[in-house]
Amino acid sequence: MKKIALLGMPNTGKSTLFNRITGGAARVGNWPGITVELLTGKILLGGDMVELIDLPGIYDIHGFSEDEQVVRHFLHDNVPDLAVVVLNATQIERQLSLLLQLKQLNLNMVVLLNMADEAKKFGITIDGDKMAQLLGMPIHLISAKYGQGQPESMQAIAKALRYPTPGMAESLRTQLEQDAHIEQEMARVLGSAVQVPARLSDTRTDTLDSVLLHPWLGLPIFFGIMYLLFQAIFLLGQPLQGGVNASLGWLRDIVLTPACAGLPTWLSGLLLDGIYNGVATVAAFVPIIILFFLFMAIVEDTGYLSRAAFLMDALMAKMGLDGRSFVMLLMGFGCNVPALMGTRVMRSRSLRLLSMLVIPFSLCSARLQVFVFITAALFSPKAAPLVLFSLYLFSFAAAIATALLFKKQFANAEPFVLELPPYRFPTGHQMWMRGWHEVTHFLRRASQFIIAGVVLVWLLTNLPASAAPASSDTLAGMLGAWLHPLFAPIGINEQLTIALLFGFVAKEIVIGSLAVIYGLSGDALGGALGQQLDWVQAYSFMLFTLIYTPCLSTIATLRNESKSNGFTLFALVWSLALAWAVSFVFYQGARGLGY
Amino acid sequence: MNANDFNPHTPLSSLAIGTVATITDIHTDDALRQRLQALGFRMGKPIEIIRKARFNGPVQVRVGTTDVMLRLSEAAKIEVRTA
Repeated sequence: MKKIALLGMPNTGKSTLFNRITGGAARVGNWPGITVELLTGKILLGGDMVELIDLPGIYDIHGFSEDEQVVRHFLHDNVPDLAVVVLNATQIERQLSLLLQLKQLNLNMVVLLNMADEAKKFGITIDGDKMAQLLGMPIHLISAKYGQGQPESMQAIAKALRYPTPGMAESLRTQLEQDAHIEQEMARVLGSAVQVPARLSDTRTDTLDSVLLHPWLGLPIFFGIMYLLFQAIFLLGQPLQGGVNASLGWLRDIVLTPACAGLPTWLSGLLLDGIYNGVATVAAFVPIIILFFLFMAIVEDTGYLSRAAFLMDALMAKMGLDGRSFVMLLMGFGCNVPALMGTRVMRSRSLRLLSMLVIPFSLCSARLQVFVFITAALFSPKAAPLVLFSLYLFSFAAAIATALLFKKQFANAEPFVLELPPYRFPTGHQMWMRGWHEVTHFLRRASQFIIAGVVLVWLLTNLPASAAPASSDTLAGMLGAWLHPLFAPIGINEQLTIALLFGFVAKEIVIGSLAVIYGLSGDALGGALGQQLDWVQAYSFMLFTLIYTPCLSTIATLRNESKSNGFTLFALVWSLALAWAVSFVFYQGARGLGY
Repeated sequence: MNANDFNPHTPLSSLAIGTVATITDIHTDDALRQRLQALGFRMGKPIEIIRKARFNGPVQVRVGTTDVMLRLSEAAKIEVRTA
């Protein structure tokens, strides 16, 4: 199968184009260097299936960052039949250097000038034909966001693909001494084919920045925006959640219970009280999770995350981290795994490890499900949002305390240089792709962990067969009793201990397994928890859930990214110890004060 | 107008907000110099200080059409000529 490599600098809309062409689910980000994994998609082009590979955005083919090395090694070992080079037309005068570098490699190339519409607004006029003539390669103006110019460029790609790749030059490692030559070429092409005003002023971005990056107001505005986003998620999400809950309950009562009536008691118990209750309780959170990721995607795609890095860098520097670590912490609120992988943009190993040590404290969407459920069950509707907000503060506090404690061990002098792209509106298409991606991600996790988890919990709470379900005579009861001395001092009962044990695999299982343990789902489960626990116990349980190891995927990612068993073990043990210590201080403190 | 006028060895970090200067030298290590060059930082190019973050945080500069933030410690390694 023929291979097409997508190449370009960060923030050129390369990922958007990739998504548009493949219809796939690549993440789109306005954050430089976020597409660090190689995404591939197969498409039908001119009657043949071809493979499209989205390479990381790079500034310089002769550079030394991880991404630049990835691209070089990829090109070296998998010479593509065609390179599609995407350039940001609004930044054409500096992006041309990469194109000319690639041209020297004798790659078979098609050039796409993206954001042609935006460039026009800046007053940049580009004579595509003239440029194609000067460079000796096909050049097309497109808008990856709105799909303009796509049919023509796909035709050009199909056509270029018919010609065989000329021999790949071995002089890949030629040093940047050739810059002088490249600069001359740039001047020649720019001088005769492109007109750029002396200094660009994108007034809208400047006006927004003067408010959002205001010396004193910038940070309060940032936290205000975050707070409003979370409020909006719950305001919109809770009615949806109630609706899903009600329809799943209806399905059980009207359809499933009669359908299972003929089955043996144990089997209908496993199907209804085990799998269905467990999965249904978790599935009710899907609307909130989708909303959450949609809002995160909007923040990410607008370019505001780089501004957050700018605002927070001075504070992060005091913790031995930098603005990018802060952005990764924010990304971790969605899911810790991509946030951990995002640290690849950091070159200093110490900085990377310290960032990877603090990211798992980010209150991810899976933990959010647990907290939404418990706060709804144990706190008044007025107090619940505040309780939830306090957990976000604890999440930051755990990350800050960890960084401060260990910054000496992970000292680094990594330079911090980051591009601030202009603000952009994310399109409906991008947001739809993102929402769909999260639904499929959830379903994948559901099939991998949640069903297996709730079945295992059901077995543990129903075996041996002689014991009354969920009683202290079952395997789960025995396990809970055995671990009880460890969890009693932090106010966590035996049933919750079992849930925590399974939460080690994935936090989505926690509420699902409570549903199985108590044999109840939805509101009934909330009611039972509300009767059995007081708020001090519940809060201690939530603190422990927040701080201890997020899930097996996170541990696997920590191991993969750090390539160190020692570091992974350290991160694991530290989070468990911190979780226990914080819960202990909170629980004993609150009891000591008479609560 | 200040004492830095026509001084070709002023560090970028010392400029006030709104100043436009010309890059004369980049004293960082090779890897960072390449990255800065790729972002458009080249000798003879004009550079404008857009804003500085509080608490000695990063500075936002504009080179050509590109806005970049960098820490003061990095900005100190970039020499510029003012006026």
